[in-house]
Amino acid sequence: MLRFVARRLLVAVPLLVAASFLSFALTTAMGDPLGEWKAQRPRTEQEIATQYARIGYDKPVVSRYLDWAGGFVRGDWKTTVTPGNGVVDVRTEIGRAFWVTFRLVVAAEIVALLLGMVIGVVGAVRQYSWFDYGSTGLAFLMFSIPLFCVAVILKFAGIRFNDWLESVGLGRWLITAGPPPGGFSGGLGQQIYQYTGAYVLPTLCLVAVQFALYSRYQRASMLDALNADYVRTARAKGIGEPRVVVRHALRNALVPILTVFSLNFGLLLGGAIITETVFGWRGMGTLIVDAIAKKEPWMVQGWMMVTACFVIAANLVADVVYSYLDPRIRLE
Amino acid sequence: MISAVPDVSGFVGTAARSQWRTVAARFVRHRAALVGLVLFALLLAFAFVGPLVWPKGLDAVYDARRPPSAEYPFGTDRIGRDMLAQTISGTRYSLQIALTVAVVATALGVVLGALAGYRRGWVDAVVGRTVDLVLCIPALVVTAVLARNTFTIAPGATTRSNWLAVALIIALLTAWLPIARTMRGVVLSLREKEFVEAAHALGGSTPHIVFRHILPNTVDVIIVSATVTVAQAVLLESALSFIGLGVRRPDASLGLIINENKNELATLPWLFWVPFVFIVLIGLSVNFIGDGLRDAFDPRQKRVRA
Repeated sequence: MLRFVARRLLVAVPLLVAASFLSFALTTAMGDPLGEWKAQRPRTEQEIATQYARIGYDKPVVSRYLDWAGGFVRGDWKTTVTPGNGVVDVRTEIGRAFWVTFRLVVAAEIVALLLGMVIGVVGAVRQYSWFDYGSTGLAFLMFSIPLFCVAVILKFAGIRFNDWLESVGLGRWLITAGPPPGGFSGGLGQQIYQYTGAYVLPTLCLVAVQFALYSRYQRASMLDALNADYVRTARAKGIGEPRVVVRHALRNALVPILTVFSLNFGLLLGGAIITETVFGWRGMGTLIVDAIAKKEPWMVQGWMMVTACFVIAANLVADVVYSYLDPRIRLE
Repeated sequence: MISAVPDVSGFVGTAARSQWRTVAARFVRHRAALVGLVLFALLLAFAFVGPLVWPKGLDAVYDARRPPSAEYPFGTDRIGRDMLAQTISGTRYSLQIALTVAVVATALGVVLGALAGYRRGWVDAVVGRTVDLVLCIPALVVTAVLARNTFTIAPGATTRSNWLAVALIIALLTAWLPIARTMRGVVLSLREKEFVEAAHALGGSTPHIVFRHILPNTVDVIIVSATVTVAQAVLLESALSFIGLGVRRPDASLGLIINENKNELATLPWLFWVPFVFIVLIGLSVNFIGDGLRDAFDPRQKRVRA
C-alpha cells in the first residue's frame, strides 16, 4: 500500500510539471496584463518600461516561466501585478480562498453522494416502479438545468423565505449574500444559527446538480450487480433480501460511483465558480473570475496548480478506496 | 465476406433485420425518446424558421417592461427589446454552438481515440496523458481563460460575431476529451476480438479493418457521446456567458439573455423564466434522445424485441 502511494506520488510529479506548462501557456494566451492599464490614459515610454520591468514581463517567455516555476517550488507564488490595486500575495490569497471553497464543496459532495446513492439503490431495487420513473425524470430535469439558474432561483426563493420568516417574527435566517464579513460570533447556538444560514443555500445548489449524476450511476451499477450470478447464489443460499442487497450487491456496486465521485472534484470546483458568484462568497470561484477579468497571470497560474494538485490527490484517494472495496484490484 | 455487424434479432423464423432497422424500431417504441426527438425538431424549427415568421426584430424599439400579451407573447425587457425575437435568436445561437461543438468534438474524439486504441504506442501515450492533464483543470476555467483574450473589451469588438469562437474553444479544449477516452477503451477491447483476428488472417489492410470492422461496432458509443456532448455544450456555453466570458452582443445565446435579466426575477419574472424554459427544453430533449439511443443500441435489452 505504502509503495503504491509513493509510486503514484512520483507519477504525479511529471503530470504536475506538464500542468504547469499548460497553465503557463493558458495564462500567456490570456494576453498582456497591463493592456487595460495602458488603455486607461496615455502613458510615457518610461512609465511603461518601468511597469513591465516590475512585473518581469520585459524578459522572454522561457525565462519568465523558469522564474515563476523556481519561485513556485520554493513557496514564492508571486503577487498580483495590476498597478494601482495594491499588491496581494498569491499564496496567502489562494490559501484563504481554498478553505472557504473546500468546506462548501466537501459538505455538498457528501450530501449529494449519500442522497444519490439512496435514490439510485431504491430505483434499482424497485426497477420500473413509480419511484424509479419519478427519480429518472427528476435526474434528467436536473441534467438539463444550468447550475446558475438553480443558484438564481434558490437565491430568490431564499429571500422570499426570509420575508416569510420575518413576518412570523423569526428574523432573517438564510444569508443570500456571502458569510458575514466579521466572521461568525456569539454563543454556540448563535454560531450554529449563523453557519447553517450561510451554508444552506450554496450547499443545496451544489447538491442539486450533483445528486442526479450519482443516482444515475448508482442505479446502473446496482442493476448490473443485482443481475449478477453471485447475487443469485446468495439468494439461493437463503440469505435475507436486505442482506443480499446491502452486503452482496451494494458493496460491489460502489466501485463505479466512487470513480465518478473522485473525477468530479474538478467539475465541482468549476461549479463553485457559479455558486460563489451568485451567493457572494469570496472563495476560489470568485477569485478566479476576478483574476481572469483583471488578467492576473500569477493568480490564475497559482489557482490552476492548486486545483490540479487537489484533483490528483482526490484521484489517489479514490484508488486506495477501490482496493479496499474490490479485492481483485491489487495495489502493487 | 460475412458482415462484421452481428445480427441482433435473436428470433428463429423471423426475417433478420439490419442493425439500423432494429435500432430504429426500438427507438420508436421508447416513448420518452420519441417525445424528445419531436421536441428537438420543434426547437430547431422555432430557432431557424422563427425569424422568417415573427415580424419583430432584435432592436430596442418597443415599449419597455411589458408583461406577456397578444402583441408581445413573451413580453419585453427593461430597455424595450421584444423577448420572443430575443428567445428565437438565443435558441438559434445556443443550438448552433451545441451542434458545432458536438460535430467537431465527436470527429476529433473518435479519430484520436480510435487511433490511440488501435495503434497503441506513442499515439496512445500522447492522447492518454493529454486527457489526464486537461481533466486536472476545470473545463469552465480553461475555456474562460481562453475566451478572455479572444473577445477583448475594445470598443469595436461589440459589433463582431463570436459564437463560432466560443464553440470552437469548447470543442477543441474540453469536449473531445471524454469522447476520445471512451473510444480508446472500446477500440482497445474490439481489436482483440475474433472477428478482427479473422479479418487480419484474411489479409485485410489496416484501413479496411478499422473502417469496415471496428468503427461500425462503435456506432452506438459515437452517437450516444455526441448527444451527451450536445447537452453539455449548451450548459457550458450558458455558464460561460453567465460569468460574462462567453457569447457577447450582437450574438445572443440563452445564457447571455438569462444573465442580462437575472436581477429582474422579482420584478419582471418572465424575462428570466422564458429563456430558462428554453434551455431546459433543449437539455431535456437531447438527454431523452440520448437515453433512447443508448437503450436501442444495447443488444442485451429485452423490453422491446428486435
